[in-house]
Amino acid sequence: MSTFRDMPLAVRIAIGFVILFVLFALFGGFLTPYDFRQTSLLDRFEPPVFLGGTWDHVLGTDGRGRDLLARLAMGAKVTLLVAIFGTLIGAVFGSLLGLIAGGRRGKADTLIMMAVDVQASVPIIIIALFVLALFKSSLLLIVIMVGFSGWENYARLVRASTLSVRERGYVTAERVLGASAARIYLRYILPNIFNVILVQFTINLPLTVLLETALSFLGLGVQPPMTSLGQIMSDGRDRLLTSWWLTMFPGAIIFFLALSVSIVGDWLRDQLDPTLRNAGRRGT
Amino acid sequence: MTRVILFRILRSLATLLIAVTIVFFFIRLSGDPAQALAPPDAPPEVVEAYRVKLGLDKPLPVQYANYVLGLFQGDFGYSIHTGKSSLTLFLERLPATLMLGGTALAIAVIFGISIGAIAALNRNSFIDRLVMGFSVFAFAMPNFFFGLVVILTGALVFGIFFGAAANGHISLLLLLPPAATLGLASMGAFARFTRSSLLETINQPFMMALEARGVPASRRLWRHAAPNAAIPIVTMLGLSLGSLVAGAVVTEQVFAWPGVGQLLVRSVATRDIAVVQFLVLAVTFSMTFANLAVDILYSFLDPRIRRAAS
Repeated sequence: MSTFRDMPLAVRIAIGFVILFVLFALFGGFLTPYDFRQTSLLDRFEPPVFLGGTWDHVLGTDGRGRDLLARLAMGAKVTLLVAIFGTLIGAVFGSLLGLIAGGRRGKADTLIMMAVDVQASVPIIIIALFVLALFKSSLLLIVIMVGFSGWENYARLVRASTLSVRERGYVTAERVLGASAARIYLRYILPNIFNVILVQFTINLPLTVLLETALSFLGLGVQPPMTSLGQIMSDGRDRLLTSWWLTMFPGAIIFFLALSVSIVGDWLRDQLDPTLRNAGRRGT
Repeated sequence: MTRVILFRILRSLATLLIAVTIVFFFIRLSGDPAQALAPPDAPPEVVEAYRVKLGLDKPLPVQYANYVLGLFQGDFGYSIHTGKSSLTLFLERLPATLMLGGTALAIAVIFGISIGAIAALNRNSFIDRLVMGFSVFAFAMPNFFFGLVVILTGALVFGIFFGAAANGHISLLLLLPPAATLGLASMGAFARFTRSSLLETINQPFMMALEARGVPASRRLWRHAAPNAAIPIVTMLGLSLGSLVAGAVVTEQVFAWPGVGQLLVRSVATRDIAVVQFLVLAVTFSMTFANLAVDILYSFLDPRIRRAAS
């Protein structure tokens, strides 16, 4: 593993932005005295300080006089939460199914791969919309649904890697020596496919962020009084031409976060596996 | 060959059946449709009458069989708000979405493949890095954000408001901005995929052999490299369809485009379950068949698969 100094400039900037985003999500609320729900009808549509606003509301206010900085900090927190838990659920669930499919073969394999086929033939946002039409939206439901996005990619990748690793000499030797199945998986197969999972993690994370923000932007994701970056954009849409900062600031945060994670992921993939250097990225 | 295709068709049918089954059980899981349809203060007898009318008093397997039979007979349910059939609502909206999606796909294919090929032929140059940078940019850009940037730029710089297709008036000027927004992500994917596919082909031994025999560069590229590199790109077509469908839902909302995506979002917001389930099944059906078509096309294009199968 190389040190921070050896990384390309773009990767260093990207890592810097991700750290900045996490810090903003965790502590951004302390930058402003206002609560993200606190309305003030006297301070509606205040511009940011660099567009003639006051230091009272550094990034201005929205249509109900709510402080945009406080709302962005809260939205970033929700996005971070959904991104981390959402990506973890998919990674654990998908990798586990991939391990089972690749390790046990037979009926389990056929069943799991069929589920992968079904999932791959419907975009996750369509499934999410279907579920949201049937059940009441909540933060937990959003996290779970976002979590299942991309599980099929983990399952497919981990299955393929497991199939190739389990036939290697040292794994066969372990099995002959009487190691339990659990030991073989944890001690030999999992470390071998860890890189694959890690790279997939960086590809999947931007997709989970984009899914959650898209749902909230459509007004079907995170519901008020809770907020998210997508919901802030959706709120500010009607005033796009007069108060553009209400949509452009949260949009830019989402974009730069997804971009930074993608750049780090691309670089990580090159570092971990030179043979993958020119492989195309799969679509959603 | 025929056996492989037959097997593939059977698999697609199985996929569809599983999707239909999942949709059925999710709807039953979500609550009692009779309770939802009846007025809130309706006496129990009325709710019971609704239940009998809808066939909900029968055992679950019978309900399931009726549901699947109904789908085969074209009974896709009616909107609880407008009373129109789901199919009619869908067909009303389809032309606008096909126009948007088709234009977006054309933009993505034409520009994506061109810049990907240019990048591959100028490997490690400034242009190559620019194209690769663009493809990462396109992957990370949320289409609702990009769409709003396009609308804002159009209004501030050109004085034209792009987000106004709502009154059903569709023109080329109003079509291009949403189509470009929708096609952006796929364009990046096509560029990346074309680049890696062409690079892989160019570095094959047979390309070196052609060069050694003195075949001119342009003939090597168009006659030998391009057809070989094109085969994997066909798979990309199938994959990009999913991102186009998903993107259309959001893009139509941003530009007030009167398409199927807008209908879906509106139906979800108003909990018009009959319409939502039909649209979900319609997307699943069309995507499964599109992927099937791509697979069959692929096996015809690649002589290795064609021969291995026979």
